[in-house]
Amino acid sequence: MTTPAHLKYARSHEWVKQDADGTVIVGITHHAQEMLGDLVFVEAPVVGRKLKKGEECAVVESVKAAADIYAPLSGEVVAVNADLADAPEKINADAYSSWIFRLKPDDISELSGLLDAADYQKITDQEKH
Amino acid sequence: MLIFDLSQPGRRNLSQAPRAAAEPDPDAIPADFLRQSRPVLPEVSELDAVRHYTNLSRKNYSIDTQFYPLGSCTMKYNPRACNYLAMLPQFLARHPSAPSDTGQGFLACMYELQEMLKDVTGMAGVSLAPMAGAQGEFAGVAMIRAYHSARGDNARTEILVPNAAHGTNPASAVMCGYTAREIHTDSEGNVDLAALRAVVGPHTAGLMLTNPSTLGVFERAIMEIREIVHAAGGLLYYDGANLNAILGKVKPGDMGFDVIHMNLHKTFSTPHGGGGPGAGPVGVATRLLPYLPLPVVVQKDDAYRLQDEQDLPHSIGRLSAHAGNAGVLLRAYIYAKLLGREGMQRVAEFATLNANYLMIQLKRAGYTLAFPARRASHEFIITLKDLKDKTGVTAMDVAKRLLDKGFHAPTTYFPLLVPECLLIEPTETESRQTLDAFVQAMKEILAEAHHSPDVLKSAPHTTPVRRLDDVKAARELNLTWKPAA
Repeated sequence: MTTPAHLKYARSHEWVKQDADGTVIVGITHHAQEMLGDLVFVEAPVVGRKLKKGEECAVVESVKAAADIYAPLSGEVVAVNADLADAPEKINADAYSSWIFRLKPDDISELSGLLDAADYQKITDQEKH
Repeated sequence: MLIFDLSQPGRRNLSQAPRAAAEPDPDAIPADFLRQSRPVLPEVSELDAVRHYTNLSRKNYSIDTQFYPLGSCTMKYNPRACNYLAMLPQFLARHPSAPSDTGQGFLACMYELQEMLKDVTGMAGVSLAPMAGAQGEFAGVAMIRAYHSARGDNARTEILVPNAAHGTNPASAVMCGYTAREIHTDSEGNVDLAALRAVVGPHTAGLMLTNPSTLGVFERAIMEIREIVHAAGGLLYYDGANLNAILGKVKPGDMGFDVIHMNLHKTFSTPHGGGGPGAGPVGVATRLLPYLPLPVVVQKDDAYRLQDEQDLPHSIGRLSAHAGNAGVLLRAYIYAKLLGREGMQRVAEFATLNANYLMIQLKRAGYTLAFPARRASHEFIITLKDLKDKTGVTAMDVAKRLLDKGFHAPTTYFPLLVPECLLIEPTETESRQTLDAFVQAMKEILAEAHHSPDVLKSAPHTTPVRRLDDVKAARELNLTWKPAA
């Protein structure tokens, strides 16, 4: 699967999409779900929680492992994707349309500090070898 | 089928024997102590029960029936002598609350076990109290916390854990009120020293290290790691998960570790079956002696007794009602006595020799080693990433196919750092013939992966149950039997 060019990426395998209202949605990448295997639980952060960039804020659990999700930007959690509570496998099916939480960033300029698709792709290619 | 499903009202262990005594009269028992409903227990004959459990055991894999190279678990043979002697009626019938003077034989065994564990690990003191490895870890980190608190050094909030560690390490740190911080591992499987230096400081309570690590390699820079952590005022914790590789050869105390837990069900050959019970004794350096969990066995004038809170007022406390898993500790004691000092070294030598032999044979058979430049400790990792890219066959498919070939599978997908990995630990108790038979099975599986991958993807084919649905098991966990309404 190709890495969508319109998203930004964290080294720790989260993707971020900026929406028109200034908020962002966050999910995990196709590479991340592939490494984890079949997901069985998603623990999203509580709405209203203030996150610092790099903070552990959610957990995804698969048949192989549990992995932390780190906040790619600082900000406040304004929504979580309730669909995933009963159907975490949606992330396996399509990682880039299955957002986990929505963040209102403190400083949207932090977005430019994240990786673009080409750079993230390089990182995952290296991990494969 | 559960034994409850076999239940027939009124069926007893000996149906032809006359009832020995009348049922107790409920009116003779005060109402406060009477339960409101009858207990739901299976009513089966002795023969029903024996058949039920014998048949279940025949469906299982065990070290008594098959090679069990489950990496990180040290599935070695459990000598029958250990079981036999620990089952002597004089041990079995001893009440755990009996006074010390009526249990001198048992306490002497426990004292000697403490001394042997101290000797082989190079620690200043040992407590046998923890009931399992995880509880040993908890006790170890609790002692680190007690040590810093006693010095008023309350700024230390972090425990450092390499990302190759067992998941129990960060969990134990968090259980003791610390934040766990991950340290990266370099491409050779060592702790990244630059990363360690960058995060260590006055907030560091300690570093938890498994050596050899879960990557199956010895941490070469251990003396530098010790310098860095100790210079910052932190303590060094040794996770004894892989002690088998260095038993009698290298002492964690000599490497500078301040606290260690040992998994007796791994290194000291007590049974893993049925989930344990385990035993996770802790050893400490001199500065942590006051904090050891109770009870500790002491000897004075040829008499043995259990220490209590008066003896060790700063102890982190008790971890169970009595003195650890006595039956398991006895088995470990007998195992250690059977081996002796020289035998323990041979355990490490043969565990390492078997692992390296198997590693080289699997490499020759066409498998990819995760750390080809490193010698294996007592276990090693192969990665099936390339095989998956070429054939679609995963590490799990290979593991399941091994069941058809009569072997228990190695550990799959751990450690998490290595994609599509199998962690293989043969232990010292397997013969070359068994190892060769395993290599032959792995050769056949590799050939199948290329010419008939579907056989692997649908494996196992010959086991009592076929491929289990891991996702369903995790999401719809159901461990409780309830009577039909």
